Amino acid sequence: MNQISRAKPYMNPYLAGTLLGIVLFLAFLITGSGLGASGGLNRLLVYVQNEVNPEHIDQVAYLLKMAGGNSNPLDSWIVFLTVGTIFGGLLSGLLGRRVKIETNKGPQISNGTRWIFAFIGGALMGYGARLARGCTSGQGLSGGAGLSVGSWAFMFAVFAGAYALAYFFRKVWN
Amino acid sequence: MAIFPLPLADLLGHWGSYVIYAVIGIAFGMTLESAGFGNSKLLAAQFYFKDMRVFKVMFTAIIVAVTLVFLSSALGILDYNLIWVPPTYLWPGIAGGLVMGVGFIIGGFCPGTSLVGLATGKLDAVVFVFGVLFGIYLFGETIGAYAVFFDSSYLGRFTLPELFNVNYGTVVFIVVVAALSLFVVSEKVEAAVNKRPMQKFPGWSKSAAGALVAMAAVALIIGQPTNADRWQKIATESQSKLDQRLVQIAPAELLKYMNDSKIKVVPLDVRDEHHYNQFHLRGAVHVPLDSVQEKAREFQFELANTVFVAMSNDEVAATEAWKILKAESVPNIYILEGGINAWLETYAGESLSDEDRVSPRQPDQLAFKFDAATGSRHQAAEPNPEFLDLSYEPKVILELKRAPTSGGCG
Repeated sequence: MNQISRAKPYMNPYLAGTLLGIVLFLAFLITGSGLGASGGLNRLLVYVQNEVNPEHIDQVAYLLKMAGGNSNPLDSWIVFLTVGTIFGGLLSGLLGRRVKIETNKGPQISNGTRWIFAFIGGALMGYGARLARGCTSGQGLSGGAGLSVGSWAFMFAVFAGAYALAYFFRKVWN
Repeated sequence: MAIFPLPLADLLGHWGSYVIYAVIGIAFGMTLESAGFGNSKLLAAQFYFKDMRVFKVMFTAIIVAVTLVFLSSALGILDYNLIWVPPTYLWPGIAGGLVMGVGFIIGGFCPGTSLVGLATGKLDAVVFVFGVLFGIYLFGETIGAYAVFFDSSYLGRFTLPELFNVNYGTVVFIVVVAALSLFVVSEKVEAAVNKRPMQKFPGWSKSAAGALVAMAAVALIIGQPTNADRWQKIATESQSKLDQRLVQIAPAELLKYMNDSKIKVVPLDVRDEHHYNQFHLRGAVHVPLDSVQEKAREFQFELANTVFVAMSNDEVAATEAWKILKAESVPNIYILEGGINAWLETYAGESLSDEDRVSPRQPDQLAFKFDAATGSRHQAAEPNPEFLDLSYEPKVILELKRAPTSGGCG
């Protein structure tokens, strides 16, 4: 029996959404801040930059906020949330027997091509998330539930951007 | 005051509170992974209408959370003012969203989902995460070139109910019903695209949808607490602070903080424009009494070392402003003792003589006549602290801020 056939199926999306909504509500209830992801990655990156080239941090205003002088870029709640997210993903993957080294893609492209696209897409995501001051979790999910006008405009923009170019990248996925 | 959100740093300490965030992160990661969001192919299927999981999960989460947030706010359990609502920078947000949408269809993940993909061994997710880090790096290097755009179209804490000028309950109710209807549409679309019969909603999901609509209706009927309701909850405690004069700070104490680089003082001048133009403190923000409540949510964005000092000619209007802001959960808010008049008596010195005095004087009237609109050019607008070393009874006690200064994506 191989791993795939032992893997449990994913949860019903409405059930998963309900659970996610409850987690989001509890995050608001307990901490006042919602959920996020890109901010944690941002701070991890700034931490590395600060170790490698601290002078550079002191020249860029955007980086200075997080790591200027003695401030530790990892001293932030979002870093702990991000690390927790990774562990939570692993835990759920283990419980569902879905942890497997693999590359998900459409049948028409090679793994190498998929990785190149993954890197480019990731770079766009990272760049866009900083420009929008938040990613799908922080701006979209959390800001959406807080009824922020900017977050709703942002969410429509994300879906619009993806749908607009879906046709051109159909071979990556189908 | 509502119990929630909890003052975590007060309860558990700076690092202790981080444990809670880690636990929330674990729950977040588990739900994302169980939803199938570690699998890029499944995520991308959204954009070919084959499997609209992204939409279903995301909007189910939003309507569940939005209903629970505003129901608990209506019931007085949760203080919506202390919840992080991302400030709106409209165009940078839309531009960033479009770039992310393109990144989504090319890369197959968003930052949160790539983390659970990485955790479950998906190599494309690992590469994607490196891409995200590179993109963030690139942003840090290039944003200086167009910082003006990045900070443009700032609308502050601006919400849909404010945009459409309807109450919160109505928006919540509409969002819930609209999302539920769109779930039916997306099931039909999926069935048509995959050429199969429409999947039935499980029984529990119908009950859950009914419960959600009912809760949203209850939130709508109760309504969100008004400023008066909020004041009612804190009236006893706060009124006694006013009566014991614990929050009226002497001009000398205000001057000390104005010259203390560790404290950010925001003098809130709540008088009308005429009086403000005649004389105001250097750095005073003009917020007429009738727009104080509107500004309250913006004040939540200020850093934790911010002290607000409301002032009017004497204390009458400033006390009204204090009550409004206190009720809206603005931290570290004080009143200038004796108002602008006491300030002038203390610091105007020779520049204002007895001839300039207004008498008889009405309550909350300026005590001196000004020949011109001196604004903050008058010497008393920013007295030199070295020459005016007056003693005072210190009253400012910095309270830890409960509202997050950052949220969502830190």
